Amino acid sequence: MANGNDKVLLKGNEAFAEAAIRGGLRFYFGYPITPQSEIPEFMSRELPKRGGVFLQAESELGAINMAYGAGAAGGAVFISSSSPGIALMQEGMSFLCSAEVPLVALNVSRGGPGIGGIQPGQADYFQVTRGGGNGDYKIPVFAPASIQEAIDLIYESAELAAYWRNPIMIFVDGIIGQMMEPVTLPEQRPFTETSKIRDAKPWAITGYGDDDTKKNVVKSLRMQPDDLERHVEYLFEKYRRAEKELCRVETQDIEDADIVLVAFGTVARIAREAIEILATRGIKAGLVRPISLWPFPYDVFDKIGSRTKAVISAELSMGQMIEDVRIGVGKRLPVRLINRTGGMIPTSLDLADSAEKIYKEVN
Amino acid sequence: MSTPVFTYTKGMIRTETNFCPGCTHGIAHRLITETLVEMGEIGNAIGVAPIGCSVQAHKFMNVDMCEAAHGRAPAVASGIRRVHPDKIVYTYQGDGDLASIGTAEIVHAAARGEKFSTFFINNCIYGMTGGQMAPTTLIGQRSTTSQDGRTKAQAGNPIRVSELISTLDGAVYVERVALDTPAHIRAAKKAVRRAFEIQKAGLGFTFVEFLSTCPTNWGVTPPDAMKWLAENMIPYYPLGVKREPEEVQA
Ligand SMILES: Cc1ncc(C[n+]2csc(CCOP(=O)(O)OP(=O)(O)O)c2C)c(N)n1
Ligand code: SF4
Ligand SMILES: [Mg+2]
Repeated sequence: MANGNDKVLLKGNEAFAEAAIRGGLRFYFGYPITPQSEIPEFMSRELPKRGGVFLQAESELGAINMAYGAGAAGGAVFISSSSPGIALMQEGMSFLCSAEVPLVALNVSRGGPGIGGIQPGQADYFQVTRGGGNGDYKIPVFAPASIQEAIDLIYESAELAAYWRNPIMIFVDGIIGQMMEPVTLPEQRPFTETSKIRDAKPWAITGYGDDDTKKNVVKSLRMQPDDLERHVEYLFEKYRRAEKELCRVETQDIEDADIVLVAFGTVARIAREAIEILATRGIKAGLVRPISLWPFPYDVFDKIGSRTKAVISAELSMGQMIEDVRIGVGKRLPVRLINRTGGMIPTSLDLADSAEKIYKEVN
Repeated sequence: MSTPVFTYTKGMIRTETNFCPGCTHGIAHRLITETLVEMGEIGNAIGVAPIGCSVQAHKFMNVDMCEAAHGRAPAVASGIRRVHPDKIVYTYQGDGDLASIGTAEIVHAAARGEKFSTFFINNCIYGMTGGQMAPTTLIGQRSTTSQDGRTKAQAGNPIRVSELISTLDGAVYVERVALDTPAHIRAAKKAVRRAFEIQKAGLGFTFVEFLSTCPTNWGVTPPDAMKWLAENMIPYYPLGVKREPEEVQA
């Protein structure tokens, strides 16, 4: 596959897998589920050829725990799944966070609840930002709006996960996984050789060799309440730093807009078109596109100017991100929802019409 | 100069364990770590202990270790094995852990022929949580969730895990041993050694089941627990090799 600045046309899921390999994520554990099955298929073909390891797990429970083991042993690990599979992985996510095991995880999400459907959705917003696992923990979540952005974020997350010693989640809806776009692929980062793991990750369980004072333990059990509290406080110091350093957002014309749309992933792309339609109708709309969903860019809403009459959260769910939008906006402005769910996707015209209606109501 | 009749093994960290008096977890810990020391592999080993009374094995075994979620140790070890193909990897799991919540993980690890060893501590009970019925609890045995004794009608028959695992081709060595008498403990140590040697030879998955005691939750004294094991467990869970690779058959 092309390197450097050559453009190639790739399907989302294959591009994500390629980005993970090029990012140096040498180990992949997965289980089939639509709409991301191309990823384990691609990994089973490509990883062994390129010095990596693919293993099909017996379940998503198996996959996340293999990831925990490989990560605890110092391996650079990538996993992927879709909504119900991510739900099964949540127990493991909680363990990885407490034990500070790095991981890059991808959710190519679909509609729910229950088995739901296989069409795209964003109703996993709570699942990925609030976590379904037990206890106090956080997982940084990036929500790219294009295949290129997903490639870049997966590639970068390989380093972020190792640096923060925490899972990093990439959250795309099934549309981005299934579509094709021309993209530029990054250079292959070398895989870490097994013999160099202990130097790179002195905390990893690799066998301590001759010196048992170097014995390592990867764990999360803390039976003494004061010990557990100290550990969670320590984790949250890290998370507070991550809140500052990992917060990412893109904005468009929010200082002097009549209304401001908030949307991530595919919906942000539809919103950009809707904004052009609204302009032809004399309504100036701005856009907030959160790229990190945790940490959520709450402060960006302070930049919304005095001309704005309402903030609209546009989502492929019954309204989940809107709770964060409300926190960001506070009581300053009305916050409204435009949404479809179950795999239904609004057109840019639908979005423009609904936004215009809200604008007329609040104006 | 006098000859020492007892020495500590470097495989165990010199600290008090948190096991109850008469519990055989400590014996199993020692057999495993002492064998690793004798093989010169203690510094090359990576162990996994999931939730159960042995979750703090990392405090006692002088080995690089990690905890695992309840039942998931075989998946965790499969991940470790992928990163370190040349190390000795093992899991140490209770019967509630391995034979109930973790059945999928152990069956598939065995079926894949994962090159690690599993040490299975069968004490016929959920020890850590206070003596509830396990899949291995014997018919008629009282537990806090089978207070009049387990019945087949209500809970089915106890699972013979070694026999089950030995049906899978990936499991090349499966043996059941007991920790109730010195002779059985010596045999148990041989089984541990064989498991590690077969793992080192890269032949496949190795599995040793230890019939163990839990005097606390059985409600008996430590000496009576040894007797109870011999009289009740061994007849239902017959000792011996259930499967071994042709290469190492005596
Ligand atoms: C998901 C989950 N469910 C339940 C528990 C509670 N739990 C902790 S240990 C245990 C059983 C341990 O029994 P066993 O595996 O037989 O080990 P033993 O303590 O007897 O050595 C249970 C049910 C848990 N920790 N996690
Ligand atoms: S509760 Fe049972 S298994 Fe646990 S330490 Fe005590 S005797 Fe051993
Ligand atoms: Mg038990």
